[in-house]
Amino acid sequence: MERLLRINTNTGESEFLDVPEEFVSLGGRALTSRIIKKEVPANAHPLGKHNKLVIAPGLLTGTPVANSGRISVGGKSPLTGGIKESNSGGTFSQKMAKLGIKAIILEDKPEKVSGSRIIYVSKDGVRLEDAPGLSGKGTYERAKMLFETYGKDVGLMLIGPAGEGLRLASSIQFTDPKGRPARAAGRGGLGAVMGSKGIGAIVIDPKGGDGVNIADLNAFKDAAKRWIEILKSHPVTSSGLPSYGTAILINIINEAGALPTKNFRYGRFDKAGEVSGEKMVEIIKNRGGVVKEGCHPGCIIQCSQAYVDEKGEYITSGFEYETIWALGPNTTIDNLDHLAMLDRLCDDLGLDTIEMGNTIAVAMDAGLLPWGDGEAAINLLKRIYNPEDYLGKIIGNGAAFAGKAFGVERVPVVKGQSLPAYDPRSVKGVGVTYATTPMGADHTAGYAVCQNILKVGGDIDPLKKQGNIEVSKNLQIATAAIDSIGFCLFVAFAVLDTEGAMDTIARLLSAKSGKEITVDQIVELGINVLKDELLFNVDAGFTKSHDRLPEFFENEPLPPHNTVWDFSVDELQQAKVL
Amino acid sequence: MLEVKCFATLGKYTPVGGKLEYRPNITVKDLLRELNIDERDVKVVFVNGVYSTFDTPLRDGDRVGIFPAIGGG
Ligand code: SF4
Repeated sequence: MERLLRINTNTGESEFLDVPEEFVSLGGRALTSRIIKKEVPANAHPLGKHNKLVIAPGLLTGTPVANSGRISVGGKSPLTGGIKESNSGGTFSQKMAKLGIKAIILEDKPEKVSGSRIIYVSKDGVRLEDAPGLSGKGTYERAKMLFETYGKDVGLMLIGPAGEGLRLASSIQFTDPKGRPARAAGRGGLGAVMGSKGIGAIVIDPKGGDGVNIADLNAFKDAAKRWIEILKSHPVTSSGLPSYGTAILINIINEAGALPTKNFRYGRFDKAGEVSGEKMVEIIKNRGGVVKEGCHPGCIIQCSQAYVDEKGEYITSGFEYETIWALGPNTTIDNLDHLAMLDRLCDDLGLDTIEMGNTIAVAMDAGLLPWGDGEAAINLLKRIYNPEDYLGKIIGNGAAFAGKAFGVERVPVVKGQSLPAYDPRSVKGVGVTYATTPMGADHTAGYAVCQNILKVGGDIDPLKKQGNIEVSKNLQIATAAIDSIGFCLFVAFAVLDTEGAMDTIARLLSAKSGKEITVDQIVELGINVLKDELLFNVDAGFTKSHDRLPEFFENEPLPPHNTVWDFSVDELQQAKVL
Repeated sequence: MLEVKCFATLGKYTPVGGKLEYRPNITVKDLLRELNIDERDVKVVFVNGVYSTFDTPLRDGDRVGIFPAIGGG
């Protein structure tokens, strides 16, 4: 029997509730966005008592089907002022599902927040505990302390000093199968929402949980088998991602002339090879690290890795393309060891790596530190550990805030959120997504890089306008559905190229729930998620004029293709489902 | 002269120094043959940063990037 868990972070009361009929067929992002739309006033202050933090496993999470263990975290974003769903790996989601919890909803906030408290959830109930020793510590140390107290089998969701200090760029970190807090619901500052409620960590203890119920086990097994075949027979999911991680993209995006370099001035970085996936794997192999591993049990793609230093000691994992780009080519830092340390610092402080890379680039544009200086960047981030350090506070607030503080005009954000690793002038499909997704600039929300550059799921010219509105719109719908099912988004590479893959997903959902679910209904699910999100944003005061990339993308041609951003705001409206 | 780089699993086919003598009238297909790359292993070819088919003719000085199927994000 699935239940909702509501926790009042002011009174400390908690309640397990039956799932209302209207939520039964929702999960993951569909559920977090529906609850936020319904229960959070759009004009609420993101760090105030009316905002809520909603945590939901996907519809298939907890079942044995491959790559289904992702988690959605939702709330009103302090970074964008709009609705947010931030998605992460880690073991938390499956453990929540094992306890039969469809969503945890953190409500209200204490009058006075003093230090971090812990919520411990097990089959016997919920405890809210003071944890004075946790405050000010990084997530790696926090995780170690929590595993010592609660045992190795728990899953952790935690914030670091940035979230505790209510920084706008703060993330929520999740522990991976090896207990490292290296998986992040990074985007949109949701760590600050958790911090505002005085919660430093949620500990989930799956012991004795009933596990998930599958209505038609035979049909499910059958479809799950086909699902593995689909993932195993596509070259990207079976070979490319496990061999080189997501950083395999550095070279191809660079060759395509769309790798944003030096705060989005150029489309190519002359040192791209030094920070490529190929180079990363070579270093990891030489030093005895781990080339491929999964962020949760049941991942058969395994794009993660363990990056180690020269002595073979672990530095970081989940060392992703976006992270390497943001902190690397975008700041012209070309030393992978420095980038690994910056990634580690972001995870430990609880900060979004994409936001931090852009913020460092803005700080470099302001002359605060030299371009390409990895050590200076490391020292800058370390200042965020000190809650009294005002420069640290500015950096921890992200690129838009830092740009204002430093008087920098060149700030690549949409709706206050930093752009990811593809220049929108030369990957126009993903540019449409940056401009129009309710999330603020976000590549995962509609990854048209597939059709523009990678030629997966179609072929659309990245340099011209034609076809790019439509592809972004369709991908935004599909992604909203995938995020609701609990699948890792990378399954999309195989799904887009495999006839009948959507039918397999429909069969999985039908067998799990015992109700016939069609492909059309999956599409409908995605559309409804977007409607909830867009309507929330309208109520929060967003208009079409917010669907705009910063001016310099329209004025400055991007070498080598010398393209500019040339969609009008009215044209872009066609990419939205409303 | 052509500037030629092969990436990921095809990395070993990159010519020495990333350069190759230009021969008039060659296409991407000819280049792949010259490098001993099986066409079936190639998913994306960029010529001067523009996605190109196997029939695309090459000009002296072109920059060519050859990739297997890859993805990430
Ligand atoms: S492919 Fe990567 S992100 Fe996706 S589930 Fe596996 S390890 Fe996590």
